[in-house]
Amino acid sequence: MCLGVPGRVVSVNGFSAVVDFWGVQKQVLLHLVDEPVGPGDYVLNHVGYAIRKIPSEDIAATLAMYDQLLDAKPEDLMRQDIEGEVGASKGRP
Amino acid sequence: MSAPLRTLEFRDPLKAKQLGARLSEVVDQVGREPVSVMHVCGSHEQAIARFGLRSAFPKKLDVVMGPGCPVCITDVPEVDEAVALALQGVRVATYGDMLRVPGTVKSLGDVRGEGAKVEVVYGIDQALELARATPAEELVFFATGFETTAVATASALLHDPPPNFSVLSAHKYIPPVMEIVTEMPGSRIEGFLAAGHAAVITGSNVFEQFVRDHGVPVVVAGFEPLDILAALVRLTELVRDREPKVVNMFPRCVTAEGNRVAQEQLWQVFTPTGGQWRGIAHVPNGNLRLRDDFARFDARRRFTIDVAKLWAYAPPRLLGQCRCGEIMSGSKRPSDCALFGKACVPESPVGACMVSTEGTCRIWHQYGGHLDLRSVS
Repeated sequence: MCLGVPGRVVSVNGFSAVVDFWGVQKQVLLHLVDEPVGPGDYVLNHVGYAIRKIPSEDIAATLAMYDQLLDAKPEDLMRQDIEGEVGASKGRP
Repeated sequence: MSAPLRTLEFRDPLKAKQLGARLSEVVDQVGREPVSVMHVCGSHEQAIARFGLRSAFPKKLDVVMGPGCPVCITDVPEVDEAVALALQGVRVATYGDMLRVPGTVKSLGDVRGEGAKVEVVYGIDQALELARATPAEELVFFATGFETTAVATASALLHDPPPNFSVLSAHKYIPPVMEIVTEMPGSRIEGFLAAGHAAVITGSNVFEQFVRDHGVPVVVAGFEPLDILAALVRLTELVRDREPKVVNMFPRCVTAEGNRVAQEQLWQVFTPTGGQWRGIAHVPNGNLRLRDDFARFDARRRFTIDVAKLWAYAPPRLLGQCRCGEIMSGSKRPSDCALFGKACVPESPVGACMVSTEGTCRIWHQYGGHLDLRSVS
């Protein structure tokens, strides 16, 4: 799916980062992201890779959009895709 | 996470109404009907469906979903290759949606049920982990999807994959199929909505050549109802004014140039090649093949894949009635298919469009089965 999911970088070790998604921490790879990323930054992620650093002025709007998508019923397909994406990174390290 | 401060900006009913009225006005100004535009993204169709946007679109506007579901356009022989490998005893890992996609005779899920080693992973990094954990055993990652997943496959192959790991690439590239769909005989598509997050990688510039060659405008759109309505207003304005150009209506995420780092890795590993998209057409440059430098990680060059053996069985009869291809090229709707919601349901799909959460049929089935309320009234 092409939505991707936003998360907050908790820590960075080389090209691997721990990213927090709605309280769930996952490992994400940083080889594809085109800007330096550090703790506290927000990144957009897809199938276990960060693909974009979210500019600070866009973080609130981006998170608000996803919060709304996740408010849907459990059988909602967009919600399912986003939850699937959160799983798209390795488990809690 | 944080409080949704800007909620009303996405869902403000008054704004939606205003945009809907504006859309009607612009479509009227085009002066003919129907005005047909296509989007190429499962997430767009989900958003249109879950908010009932289609019933708010003006009657003269047709918004159709094109070949935007990566699972759906993976061709039957590609699924057959993965199934054949699994039946040959090779361990195959793939994205979960691929399990139930029908091949000529069997799906990966079928052969897993019969004891073949088929693993579901969320991403290629998990497949690499499986390969590293069992170095004596070959592991093939059946890699599907568009630009957004192809960059992950490319990056994984550039960063020290283990020697027992290889990739069966069924990756597809969106821009070439837009040309094919536009050029199809009888095509009425006058404009495209491009998927916001795929364009995060490619940048909106990737569509410039297409617009120059075909004179059809492209608007990059976000995923919220107001994003989609606003993008449709802009797109129909461009149709009205005969002004073929690329407009980025999702600048929060998409830049003109896109993610250069990801693009470099993509083209270092893959090269475009012609290939069949399920039910649609042969698409020149529509498939992504591993370059010769990565031949040792190419499952097609590493194994002799015996697909002919599979075809000794008779193919399932219903598949011949599946209208998936015409639905994905925009010439038919799910409700035009005799199987839709009857012989073909998410629990036992006949065609790939009913399998994936991004498939047109699955989305229509989930949100009520008959989304275009105009044809009901």
